[in-house]
Amino acid sequence: MSYLKKIVHNCKKATFLIDKKEVTGISLREHIELRIHLIGCSFCRLYGRQSQAISKMVRELFRSAMQPGVKLDETFKKELQEKIEDELKKN
Amino acid sequence: MSHLLNPHQWVATHADYLYAYAITRVNDEEQAKDLVQETFLAALQKTAGFEGRSTERTWLTAILKNKIVDVYRKKSSGLRHAEVKEAEHEQDAFFDDESGHWLKANAPVAIGIEDKDPLVSKEFEQVLKSCLQKLPALWNAVFTMKLIDEELTDTICSELKVSPSNFWVIIHRAKLNLRACLQKNWI
Repeated sequence: MSYLKKIVHNCKKATFLIDKKEVTGISLREHIELRIHLIGCSFCRLYGRQSQAISKMVRELFRSAMQPGVKLDETFKKELQEKIEDELKKN
Repeated sequence: MSHLLNPHQWVATHADYLYAYAITRVNDEEQAKDLVQETFLAALQKTAGFEGRSTERTWLTAILKNKIVDVYRKKSSGLRHAEVKEAEHEQDAFFDDESGHWLKANAPVAIGIEDKDPLVSKEFEQVLKSCLQKLPALWNAVFTMKLIDEELTDTICSELKVSPSNFWVIIHRAKLNLRACLQKNWI
C-alpha cells in the first residue's frame, strides 16, 4: 500500500489523532495527515464531532452533579462534626 | 488576604460540597461518605501546614482529591489487566485489522449529539453515566482527571503509573468505547 493510501484508509490512526489533537495538539505532519484523511472520510468527520460533544457532555454531567441538591443526611453530619470536636479536644 | 481555618464549622460549610465532589468521582455513597470523613480527619492533622494562601474549601478539596486518587489507584491495580483486556477486545470490532478502516457494523452514525450545542435530556444523561461506568476503572480515572479536573498529564501519569504514550492510548480508547456505547444504547 502506498503511503497516501495508508493515510486515506486508516481510520484507526485518524481517530487517535482527532482525540490527541483535542487535548494537547499534534505535530504538523500529523495535522496534514489528518486533514488529508478527513477530506475523504465522512465517518471520521462524524467521529470528530461526536468526540467533542462527548467531552462537553461529560464535563456538563460533572458540573450539574455539583449543584446544590446532593446532600449528606443530617445525622451523619452531626456525628461527623462531633468527631471533629473530639479530635480538637485531644490536641 | 490570608484565610483562616475554622474546624468548628467545617461540616456545616463544606461537607455537602465535598460529598458531591466525591460521589461524582467514586460513584458509591458509602465510599463517598468515608472519603469526606477521612478528609476532615486528615485535615485536622495538617492544620499547622495551612498557610492561608488558598481558601479553606480549596485546601480541603485538595486533600480529598489525593484520597480519591488513592481510590483510583487501588481500584485499578488489582483487576487492571483483565478489565482492560476485555475493554480493548471490544475495539477489535471497530476497525479492519489490515487497513484500519471502520468496520461497517460499528462505524459512526449520527445519534443527535453532533450539533454545536446539543440539548441533553435526562434520559441521555443516564445512558452517558452508565456508559462511563462500563469503562475500566483505570480508563475512567485517567479520563476524569484529564477532562474534569484538568490535571497535568505528567501528574496523572505519575500518580496512576501509566507511561505518557500509554496515557494517550487510554484517553483515545476511553473515547472510542464511550462513543460506541452511546451509539449502541441511545438509538
